Amino acid sequence: MSTKLSGPGSTRTPGRGPAGPGLPRTARTARHHAPITATGLAVKVVLLGLVAGIALWAAFPLVEAEKWVGLALLAATTAGLFYLYLTPRHIPAKYLVPGTLFLIAFQVFPVLYTASTAFTNFGDGHRGSKDEAIVAIQSSSVQQVPGSTEYALSVATAGDPATGALVFLVTDPATGVVSAGDADGLRRLDPADVTVGSGGKVTAADGYTVLNFGQASARSQEITDLVVPTTGGALRSSGLSRAYEGRAIRAYDAGCDCVTDSESGKRWTADEKTGSFVAADGERLAQGWQVNVGLENFSRVLTDPNISGPFFGTLLWNFAFAIGSTGFTFLLGMAIALALHSPRMRGTNLYRVLLILPYAMPSFAMLLVWRDMFNTDFGLVNNLFGLGVDWFGEAWSARAAVLLVQLWLGYPYMFLVATGALQAIPKELTEATSVDGASPWQSFRAVTLPLLLVALSPLLIASFAYNFNNINAIWLTTEGGPFPADNPRNGATDLLITYTYRLAFGAQGAEFGTAAAVSIFIFAIVATVSAISFRNTRKQEEVYS
Amino acid sequence: MRIRTAGVVAVLGLALAASGCGGSDDDSSAPAAKESAGATGGKLVIWADDKRTAALKPFAESFGQANGVTVEVQAVSKDLQTTFVTASQQGSGPDVVVGAHDWIGNLVQNGAIDPVQLAADQKSGFNETAVKAVTFNGQLYGVPYAMENLALIRNTELAPEAPKTIEDLVAAGKKLKADKKASEILCLQSGQNGDAYHIYPLYTSAGGYLFGTAANGDYDPKDLGVGKPESIAAFQKIAKLGEKGEGALKRSITGENSIATFTGKKCAFLVSGPWAIADAKKANIAYDISPVPGFAGGKEAQPFVGVQAFYVAAKGKNKALAQEFVANYTTKPDLAVALYNAEPRPPALTAALDQVKGSDPDLAKFTEAGRNGQVLPAIPAMAAIWDPFGKAEAAIIGGADPAKTITAAGKTISGQIK
Repeated sequence: MSTKLSGPGSTRTPGRGPAGPGLPRTARTARHHAPITATGLAVKVVLLGLVAGIALWAAFPLVEAEKWVGLALLAATTAGLFYLYLTPRHIPAKYLVPGTLFLIAFQVFPVLYTASTAFTNFGDGHRGSKDEAIVAIQSSSVQQVPGSTEYALSVATAGDPATGALVFLVTDPATGVVSAGDADGLRRLDPADVTVGSGGKVTAADGYTVLNFGQASARSQEITDLVVPTTGGALRSSGLSRAYEGRAIRAYDAGCDCVTDSESGKRWTADEKTGSFVAADGERLAQGWQVNVGLENFSRVLTDPNISGPFFGTLLWNFAFAIGSTGFTFLLGMAIALALHSPRMRGTNLYRVLLILPYAMPSFAMLLVWRDMFNTDFGLVNNLFGLGVDWFGEAWSARAAVLLVQLWLGYPYMFLVATGALQAIPKELTEATSVDGASPWQSFRAVTLPLLLVALSPLLIASFAYNFNNINAIWLTTEGGPFPADNPRNGATDLLITYTYRLAFGAQGAEFGTAAAVSIFIFAIVATVSAISFRNTRKQEEVYS
Repeated sequence: MRIRTAGVVAVLGLALAASGCGGSDDDSSAPAAKESAGATGGKLVIWADDKRTAALKPFAESFGQANGVTVEVQAVSKDLQTTFVTASQQGSGPDVVVGAHDWIGNLVQNGAIDPVQLAADQKSGFNETAVKAVTFNGQLYGVPYAMENLALIRNTELAPEAPKTIEDLVAAGKKLKADKKASEILCLQSGQNGDAYHIYPLYTSAGGYLFGTAANGDYDPKDLGVGKPESIAAFQKIAKLGEKGEGALKRSITGENSIATFTGKKCAFLVSGPWAIADAKKANIAYDISPVPGFAGGKEAQPFVGVQAFYVAAKGKNKALAQEFVANYTTKPDLAVALYNAEPRPPALTAALDQVKGSDPDLAKFTEAGRNGQVLPAIPAMAAIWDPFGKAEAAIIGGADPAKTITAAGKTISGQIK
């Protein structure tokens, strides 16, 4: 901007215009022939080595999880990076690629992930895959056979502790009979061959190696999976020192794609639409799985009166809140900055320190303090002014209170940026207006404010976008309340984001799918608003320049 | 020189980018590291909240030393339940987790925990209510170690007599207020969004219920009591104590200020749990504990009984060892006593309770207050209750029409229950 003001004719700053044709070539040749220093080379080798190391470290889990797409991506990225930094060409890419990779990893990927979640029923009870649900159903239905014996257990192997076949050495507490059990069943052992410890546990047995806890827990999975068939059910381990006779009541049958209960004979058939096993009487098993639900989440947001009704009301307040918190803080911040900018003001440094104090406090803590200050009976606000206002109990007072808190927390920032911008406005301009006979108000309206706005508009838009999704400001003060007596879902001060947060992580259980759909709506709204305002800002700059 | 610096910065950025990229591409690097550690010897990972972590550590270490395994106790200070569910889904969760019993429904529906098999004699060592609390769908899902329930804690200087009914309490509180000895009648936390847990004794005393019971003794999510005539009648009684009535229940009394108001001698009666006792002791208040009184002529006020328990993670790396620790080690009284010392809640093991009862008379009083309590439902449907029920409570305390409000809350809740 200062270059514009320096001379009316110079629309181009030196060095930014199209340079002569010879210039870049010489620069490039110079780069090519730049001496390769030992330090430079070492740094390059170390950093590329680091890249290779990180790639290897990330590759093993990917191989283990058989995520081949991820592995291919990783390999391609690493190869691309090596190529890019080993070749002397593609100078601009050398600077752009790291940032682009960060952008993909931390911006694009989460957005895509959110978008893909919005098409599923991901949430509590539908988190994993169908196989996981089946395993969970079967393993949680194992029950102790009523009246069966509890055995003292020692885990042993026939041979090497790490690799030999696992055997359960179990002692019947009533008779003291020791048996060895494996997948083939139980075999009685000769009492002469075994040594039984004080608790009934076998401590040594001929032909077997008794494992200690450390050795046994290294083979934890195998021990949990080992079932020794018996007449009543199967012998399973309960930890490493007890075994019980148990029976899996519910079993999955791939033929009918259903789960049957062997005790009651009830059958739950898989419903791929909802991702759960449903019985004929409508009862569904708790453990479900994640399925694609198409556009259901989106249509629910738009058509379910419980969601769409509040959604638009909330949207309106959301705009009011974002505009209000940005606007009020800007007005107050700018007013104070103007006052302190006046040359007649004394002790400005002291004022500045005092004014920045709210900004220096952690907003997280301050929001909680403000919440308590607005308490009807014990709050400072009511006690100080002798009021009996039920601040967070009435819709409008709660909204006012929230905006007041935002004002207090936000004006120091606006004050700081406005002070900075004011310093950048040359004194000659305002002096010139006063020479022309303009009043201070006129010169402020015609010169200072437009120039301030040009500098601060992007910050105001950013502040608007931030406040649009300012979950802390609401969640820590009112939690979205007060709530209408007949609707606990949507409060008077709820922003879309607090509303979404309640939907996704609230007390009623996680519904990530629906929350992701709402997030996409919010994203679209914020993006549209920001795009329109930035476009207007550009126009504004053209007008003023 | 300038070019070289820029190059270094670029390459550094690239290295970071690669690591960032690798991190986002996979989410299973952590378990790989753990697995390799597990292969060399046994390793048990336990997750608990901050307070319990400190108490668990020595015991976990002695368990590890006695059995030649490594035991790691990790503190998860925030959102332990959701962190656990998410982590175990990704395969990076612990082997054992410590938490409240009302998590069970959610943990089971997400396949995050496995049942625990206890021998009959182990089971009989526990308080019956505690065992019932951790039983879900006929299976024992955790080993309980401590119990908690609400009681009426009263300042004996201000109120020497334990009130028999809530009406007596209100009368006594009003007199104290008139005499300027206290500024509040009763400290029962509600807040602007209500508190279903703390209002529950009054709700039951006035005849309301949450869920009916199924044939096997579990709560039946199909029989929802909220929105039924009993619940409306109950909230009509509660409304009389509210801001437009006696003023004994107020939204300005929140979870943050209720105990402080009591210890600041601004109210003579506090409805709270064992966790409030430490504050009362610190403030040097002469206090006594009695059951939460019910309405005159009403039913008995039944607080929720909550249980803290150890669970075996279904996707842990070392399930056999986890089962061993939970089923055969946490069932011993020593651990329960140590956990009691870390935070004074009545132990669920009868033997442990007997050990500490002598030195702490409050425990017996809390146990007495919870004698007729109801086990906090662990069914997943309970998650749908908290928020709407609490908000309806807050609205009614603030003066909203009970019938309309509670009918709407019942509708919201039944819409949430799948």
